[in-house]
Amino acid sequence: MSDAAIASSSGGFGTGARAVWDVVLPVVVVVAVIIGAWYVACVPMNIKEALTQAERAGAVVEPAGAKERRDMSAVGLALANSAYARDTLNQERPRLPAPHQVGQELWNTTGGMVLNGKAFSKRSLIYHGWVTLSATVLGFAIGTVAGVGLAIGIVHSRVMNMAVMPWAIASQTIPILAIAPMIIVVLNSIGVTGLLPKALISAYLSFFPVAVGMVKGLRSPDNMQLDLLSTYSASQSETFWKLRLPSSMPYFFTSMKIGMAASLVGAIVGELPTGAVRGLGARLLAGSYYGQTVQIWAALFAAAILAAVLVGVIGLLQRMTLKKMGMVH
Amino acid sequence: MAPLDEERMNGVAQDPVIVAEKLDLTFQTNDGAVQALRDVNLTINKGDFVSFIGPSGCGKTTFLRVAAALEHPTGGTLSVNGMTPDEARQQRAYGYVFQAAGLYPWRTIAKNIKLPLEIMGYSKESQQEHLERVLKLVDLEGFGEKFPWQLSGGMQQRASIARALAFDADILLMDEPFGALDEIVRDHLNEQLLALWERTGKTIGFVTHSIPEAVYLSTRIVVMSPRPGRITDVIESTLPRERPLDIRDTPEFLEIAHRVREGLRAGHAYDD
Amino acid sequence: MDFEWLLGGFASLLAISYVNLQVANGGGRDQAITRLFVPVFFGIGLLILWEALVQGLGVPGVILPAPSAIWDRFTASTNILWVDFVQTFVKGALSGYVMGAIAAFAVALLVDRSDFLRRGLLPVGNFMAALPIIGIAPILVMWFGFDWQSKAAVVVVMVFFPILVNTVEGLRATERMQRDLMKTYAASYWQTLFKLRVPAATPFVFNGLKIATTLALIGAIVAEFFGSPIKGMGFRISTEVGRLALDMVWAEILVAAIAGSAFYGLVALIERRVTFWHPSQRRGR
Repeated sequence: MSDAAIASSSGGFGTGARAVWDVVLPVVVVVAVIIGAWYVACVPMNIKEALTQAERAGAVVEPAGAKERRDMSAVGLALANSAYARDTLNQERPRLPAPHQVGQELWNTTGGMVLNGKAFSKRSLIYHGWVTLSATVLGFAIGTVAGVGLAIGIVHSRVMNMAVMPWAIASQTIPILAIAPMIIVVLNSIGVTGLLPKALISAYLSFFPVAVGMVKGLRSPDNMQLDLLSTYSASQSETFWKLRLPSSMPYFFTSMKIGMAASLVGAIVGELPTGAVRGLGARLLAGSYYGQTVQIWAALFAAAILAAVLVGVIGLLQRMTLKKMGMVH
Repeated sequence: MAPLDEERMNGVAQDPVIVAEKLDLTFQTNDGAVQALRDVNLTINKGDFVSFIGPSGCGKTTFLRVAAALEHPTGGTLSVNGMTPDEARQQRAYGYVFQAAGLYPWRTIAKNIKLPLEIMGYSKESQQEHLERVLKLVDLEGFGEKFPWQLSGGMQQRASIARALAFDADILLMDEPFGALDEIVRDHLNEQLLALWERTGKTIGFVTHSIPEAVYLSTRIVVMSPRPGRITDVIESTLPRERPLDIRDTPEFLEIAHRVREGLRAGHAYDD
Repeated sequence: MDFEWLLGGFASLLAISYVNLQVANGGGRDQAITRLFVPVFFGIGLLILWEALVQGLGVPGVILPAPSAIWDRFTASTNILWVDFVQTFVKGALSGYVMGAIAAFAVALLVDRSDFLRRGLLPVGNFMAALPIIGIAPILVMWFGFDWQSKAAVVVVMVFFPILVNTVEGLRATERMQRDLMKTYAASYWQTLFKLRVPAATPFVFNGLKIATTLALIGAIVAEFFGSPIKGMGFRISTEVGRLALDMVWAEILVAAIAGSAFYGLVALIERRVTFWHPSQRRGR
């Protein structure tokens, strides 16, 4: 028996390492394929501009003249002029910037600026990211508190459940984001500017997912569990603290993830109508005004990283909390 | 097929259908290797009703799954009608009934029973013909247009037996088909199953946890034991083919049940 | 300030709340008509209060127009609203939704054939579904021009990942026993796919399709903020906000709300028809 135990424990270690590899390898391969496809796509996307510039510099390309090339297929051009493929990856305003260009821009506007001591200059993505982040987090906090409050009300009041719940669900089918510009402009006109209007949009967007998720969570205990507390003649508040709230935790974290993602989208869209001054949304808009594609992509990746970090933090909190509560192993 | 038919006409009883020789099966799990079957030798003859009984982990379900080619042995051989289990599956040699009915909730009872017929390419008329016949066989006439979730658990399990019977396989493999049902429904279905076996002359392999069920139904009872999964005893039933429910109170019945219990104990089946 | 309006507004909200309280806790509290009556009555109460506050406090129309003013604008501008609706919803959102859904199904079937691909793409897809994808709108507007094609492209990308992730998960949602059953019939890959796995996946697929309805409308509207021809709901909202014609903005929002919930409702209705067998849909049968 002892032999078997040793064999199985060493086998367990080996399978553990293999399991991690099984999870990581496919993701790495898929990401690598996506990046590869991105590079390949850059060639036809940018070939016309590359050929025009090369011709201007005196090179002979096939066929000559930008006009002749205008209506030709990009793939055909790329095949006919494969010598210029390299030029498609390093243009200043490419239609599709190559991954390394975006990486370079990201570094220049973040780490590079930190090294120069200009971390919070107006050209730094850290600065713009911070503006967006603060609106997102503030709005998320407001929306989550309000959403949990409404959920508690709905679970404990029959009339609130009947009157409000259908509207809370219906509101999720409505493109609330469409009113973002109006909220910003109206609040500006009555003197509320800066962080708060954006935060309110974020709050509004995260409010409903959190409320609906929490109602589900607070109602997740089954009849047997509720009946058990009834046999102890537990009060409503005791039932809430000892049963409903703990059972709602998995739902709470899941809806917070959704709410956080919605908050970030709200903050970014909220930055669009303010005349493109500050924030990642403003960077996107300014980039599209001036055709600075590399800047757009860098802002986009900054937003993606921000979203991943914010959702990741909630995921971490979720794992820690649920582990402490014994809900996951 | 011709020689088989001839033998059936001659009424030859000793006609092997499932033959296992030195069957071994080892699963690789995260906790190391598990011997689900070791050195299993067994012959099931045509028209037999063979029950497999033993505690969990004794390999009784695994044996059935090997016969159905749902698992593949790591040693030894098992043949079905003289073919490998994979070939036998292609010949539609057996119907399989699982622990739960496993009916598709998006199909009516009739469509569920027709499922294997659709897959095997039966014509529309022939599908309908088979459907009507097996619905009568399991006493579910008039329920064809119901959805599974509108029926009781016992009726669902009867529908799943009808599904296994629909394509005229000569072998019926049943893996604890009545395990999830209550005692009263179970008695009723046992009675019906015996009548069905009597009428159709099928060969049945039947996995169960229940000693009375095994004794009541079977012509032979295979007692198995875990770690490693193996056969510890094979008991031939002396009961007549005609078995009313109250046969279970006869001394003969109790004698066989006693032997099965002894066999289970001898295999240290309930040690830990 | 007009106290009659304010008083009337609060009084009617109180009266409605009282009636709702009685109805919700009264004898017929579990009837379908009560379920419909209470929220509708509550909504009417809010509208009355809104009207009363705007009228009573004399809130200027450039800050918050009254519901009556919004309704007047809505009925007076049905022509413009219809043109915007066709541009944004039919051409942008709907066509993008259909294309994105088809693409997601195709990729899901492909991914499903390879376990390696599935384990690689599913985390990436889940990650993408959580990103602010709306940010690609300026890029796609640059690539596909100002008209509806670029909006449809944004919608395709936005709806793709939720539908993909849900479909892939749905295709895996069969029980081992059900798959074993198909094996005992020696069923082919395609027979198992169409008779077992696709039907079993439909509840998941519809979950993705429902999430995607809202995303489609959001994508089409917000993409217009980055450039559009002189029609479309997003275009109208951003220009009318600039001119402080908020009644028109609210009228567009009303259209968006109706379109959004009708779209969702339609998909939910189809879901009820197709997945009637699923435990979550069986109520009332």
